Amino acid sequence: MEKKSFDVKVGLAEMLKGGVIMDVTNAEQAKIAEDAGAVAVMALERIPADIRADGGIARMSNPTMIKEIQDIVSIPVMAKCRIGHFAEAQVLESLEIDFIDESEVLTPADEENHIWKHDFQVPFVCGCRNLGEALRRIGEGAAMIRTKGEAGSGNIVEAVRHMRQVQKDIKKLTVLADDELMAEAKNLGAPFELVRKVAKDGKLPVPNFAAGGVATPADASLMMQLGAETVFVGSGIFKSNDPAARAKAIVTATTYFDNAKKVAEVSEGLKDAMEGIDINELSENEKLANRGW
Amino acid sequence: MKIGILGLQGAFFKHQQMLNSLDCENFIVRYPEEINQCKALILPGGESTTITKLIDRIGMRQQLINFNGPIFGTCAGAILLSETCDDERVKVFGKIPVNGFRNAYGRQIESFKKEIKLSFSDKKFPAIFIRAPKFSLINSEIEVLSEFENIPVLLKYKNILISAFHPELTKDLRIHKYFIELVEKS
Repeated sequence: MEKKSFDVKVGLAEMLKGGVIMDVTNAEQAKIAEDAGAVAVMALERIPADIRADGGIARMSNPTMIKEIQDIVSIPVMAKCRIGHFAEAQVLESLEIDFIDESEVLTPADEENHIWKHDFQVPFVCGCRNLGEALRRIGEGAAMIRTKGEAGSGNIVEAVRHMRQVQKDIKKLTVLADDELMAEAKNLGAPFELVRKVAKDGKLPVPNFAAGGVATPADASLMMQLGAETVFVGSGIFKSNDPAARAKAIVTATTYFDNAKKVAEVSEGLKDAMEGIDINELSENEKLANRGW
Repeated sequence: MKIGILGLQGAFFKHQQMLNSLDCENFIVRYPEEINQCKALILPGGESTTITKLIDRIGMRQQLINFNGPIFGTCAGAILLSETCDDERVKVFGKIPVNGFRNAYGRQIESFKKEIKLSFSDKKFPAIFIRAPKFSLINSEIEVLSEFENIPVLLKYKNILISAFHPELTKDLRIHKYFIELVEKS
């Protein structure tokens, strides 16, 4: 029986498509997320907006909290570990977490290396800003890719930038000749075999999700129309004034992302979305997306 | 008349790729009124709680209950077709007399890939089980088309086909072909 098989890891990511993955910080929020129709929850101690506001070192969540969330919901439970912190990943695997996010939202533990994810039985998701970064993470064993966006900002602009960049990079590969691919692999800083595969297939070899700054049903629709296959919502739900209603609305808007009437209908009556941050007000070292490479 | 693939959430595009490879006319179903345009249905894998909630939120339950054509359900889709489910968060349609048990092998870490025998083919099938359910039979008329460790994993009852694993995640078209033949016969 093969349990470490890449097909099995990507398989779970396939099952999450067309859904919404929600950040939760306790069992009560996890229940709200599941009731709203989330396909998975991301268990973390503080949502990105609070991590940003509080400062200090952000680490893997406490196992007690993760277990409480695992006990209350039946959908997959994800958790974050610090970039390069393979011991945190080992702990999360021992807790039987369903998916690990090696995330720039936490303070990186290794500024040079990411985790060698092929060693694990549990699948990983990693953030990216462009195709080179996506393929480096897939080369290390990531079974799902998401945009980095700018977590905790309530501002979709960075997720849009990253999703468009990935799509643009992919389109470019599909029109290059065979003898141009090595040079492009060098430009992208990406594994050559994966570059060839993307050039041939015209898409990433693993599911491509959106994250970082999603706050409204229309944000979810925008990311899906730009080519995301599922949407992560971090601070957008539990930093808003109506988490349950907003969570439900974002789920429906993700299913009917191409139907503006439906998106309008579910947006009606929602209270204020989370307060956002203008990305231009963040200095380069305040941007979480700059963590990892 | 085409085969409709329920596209509310989950691996519906993977099923579409399989049907396209078999030159079988199909479309993604997301609205209640589209159910009547289908000759047969596929209920894909995904999260059964999420799919349950969406079905009720958009008012598609009655159309699905009334649908009499052949249906193929994989994983979460199979659970939805069961007579009962051990998890009250999932509302079933009772189209096939089995009891469904969600995530019966455990969490993702217990997911696996295994070659299994099919009753209608000589060659083994590369079955991928993702947080897979188990089924127990409550009617002797059910045909067991495949078993793994003495547990039925591919079942047929009248015009309903269910699998605990995900044939749509492979390149092996045999099970989808089997379903299309079932549709053609009906």
